[in-house]
Amino acid sequence: MSDPIIKIEAMNKWFGDFQVLKDIDLEVEKNKKIVVCGPSGSGKSTLIRCINRLEEHQKGTIIVDGTELTENTKNIEAIRAEVGMVFQQFNLFPHLSILDNCTLAPIWVKKMPKKQAEELAMKQLEQVQIVDQAQKFPGQLSGGQQQRCAIARALCMEPKIMLFDEPTSALDPEMIKEVLDAMVNLAKAGMTMIVVTHEMGFAKEVADEVIFMDEGMIVEKAETKEFFANPKSDRTKLFLSQIL
Amino acid sequence: MSKLNFLRPNIENLNTYLYSGIFLIFIAILDVSLHSFFNTNITSFLPNFISFLLPLILGTVGLHIIRIEFSGIKNLDLLNKNINTNTFNAVLTLLIIFAVIKSIPPFLSWFIIDATISGDTKEACTGTGACWTYIKIWLNRFIYGMYPNELQWRINLSFIALIALAFVGLIPSEKIKKFLTLYYVVIYPIIAFVLIYYLISGGAFGLEWVETGAWGGLSLTFIVSFFCLIFCFPVGMFLALGRRSDLPTVRYISVGFIEFWRGVPLITVLFMSSVMFPMFLPEDFFMDKLVRVIIAISLFEAAYVAEVIRGGLQALPRGQYDAAKSLGMGYWKMHIFVILPQALKLVIPGIANTFLALVKDTPLIFVVGLLEIVGMLNLAKTNPKWLGYAMEGYVFAAIIFWIICYAMSKYSYNLEIKYKTDR
Repeated sequence: MSDPIIKIEAMNKWFGDFQVLKDIDLEVEKNKKIVVCGPSGSGKSTLIRCINRLEEHQKGTIIVDGTELTENTKNIEAIRAEVGMVFQQFNLFPHLSILDNCTLAPIWVKKMPKKQAEELAMKQLEQVQIVDQAQKFPGQLSGGQQQRCAIARALCMEPKIMLFDEPTSALDPEMIKEVLDAMVNLAKAGMTMIVVTHEMGFAKEVADEVIFMDEGMIVEKAETKEFFANPKSDRTKLFLSQIL
Repeated sequence: MSKLNFLRPNIENLNTYLYSGIFLIFIAILDVSLHSFFNTNITSFLPNFISFLLPLILGTVGLHIIRIEFSGIKNLDLLNKNINTNTFNAVLTLLIIFAVIKSIPPFLSWFIIDATISGDTKEACTGTGACWTYIKIWLNRFIYGMYPNELQWRINLSFIALIALAFVGLIPSEKIKKFLTLYYVVIYPIIAFVLIYYLISGGAFGLEWVETGAWGGLSLTFIVSFFCLIFCFPVGMFLALGRRSDLPTVRYISVGFIEFWRGVPLITVLFMSSVMFPMFLPEDFFMDKLVRVIIAISLFEAAYVAEVIRGGLQALPRGQYDAAKSLGMGYWKMHIFVILPQALKLVIPGIANTFLALVKDTPLIFVVGLLEIVGMLNLAKTNPKWLGYAMEGYVFAAIIFWIICYAMSKYSYNLEIKYKTDR
């Protein structure tokens, strides 16, 4: 057993008086793929947003790649640079071309020479098969293409961990597959991934472990096969019966 | 052929209705035009009251007759749909047309036909129209203020140089393009300052010193507007960011600053800058009146710019901040590369608004004794030799300001189109 790359202990988070996350304990090892599922409002998105501190937690500890997330801005920026994130709404920068979207952070955060950054970006865009759209602007692309570009943009920072926050929820049904394919390829390449999704097919195909959350707590955490074959809690059974 | 019914025109006798309607409207407009331009009344045989109302009645009847839906004639349909929908609108349309026709002759006669431009003295203006001689004689003062005549080449040279340097951006060279932003934001203003400080103000390199009190007229309008625009924009931007900052100190200072400057009238600010401010300064510390005025106006307008920019910042979806942060960008990188380019694009119309207001506020600097173009006008109109020509002066100033402001608003509109992106 290697050291976990993400280690969360007794983490609590409140939005005002409302407690969104209750005593979360989670360890993720390198190269593992974790799928987080659960009903809406269960805190799944908040959980992964805490991992790169887009949300602050109030109690407990989060250690990412040996660094604890605290007020220290330097640490946070360093961690964010090695934790990639893909959002439900893509969040591409609409004023920049696809290529510039991908090279912006490598050039200005990692201080990569422009030429090298562009080569890297073209390689990543090729991986997600939108290399021919590189000069276009986000507004000219379909949702699926935009989301694949968002994946490429995150990968250009050469992250150690990738977080996916419902990456297919805002897409038309026929575009979901192209995005999932890109994610499957990434998983096969050995990336450490935490994916919040309702795509159970994807979970079955690539996940090592599945986490089921409800009301801010981790209700069940199990190996993928075990999770689908015989879920332990009644809440999980109910959820699975509705979603499958 | 169905029977002609002029109360209910229909499409069957379209041409008959159309020609008779147009004939009536033509008569109406002809009557008004003849009366307006040649002062003849072709209906003078009628009683006064009827003669006065006749064009309106004829025109209304004419418009009624041609009010035929789906006539198939494109222009007629357009007319009926937009300005001839019912009798009330028809009357309004006619009244506007008549008002325009009526107002052209007096306007033209004042402006051009009866106006005077020859001669050098008030006595040349014998006509009933405008006395452009007045503007001609004073033009030099309106442009250069009290700046000595023999030194005015210094102003000309500075302005020509600055205009020429503004076109550097058009050089299509990749090497230069990289530095364009730096050039326009930092270098260009510095060049402008150096030119104005050494060339217009003088006092070094054997150039005679001209105190700022002597500057004036349109050139002063430009100088004040130019520097105020340049200073108020970055200050406003930082205030906008400050107001949204997570740091309480920064936020409260920004809020306080913005609310203070937005809460006081510009005229008081200017007055304070010239009368009160020096009292707080040490005896031997001297700051030029013009500099104080520019700082005061800049800070005043910066508060407005800040609120406009804040509106743009708030219009951006939170996802843009999230995405930038998730890529490891810090506060400044996130704002410089992701947030501000988008926010500023959104607020171009608002910024243009503020800048236009700024240019039109510059005449207020008369309260500290600086006379830009309107100030010079006020001075000229009280000159005993030229009493009674305030109207010409204000029309002249209005035209000048309109040209400046229209150019600015056109430019902002172009910027909007240039930077338009789809979401």
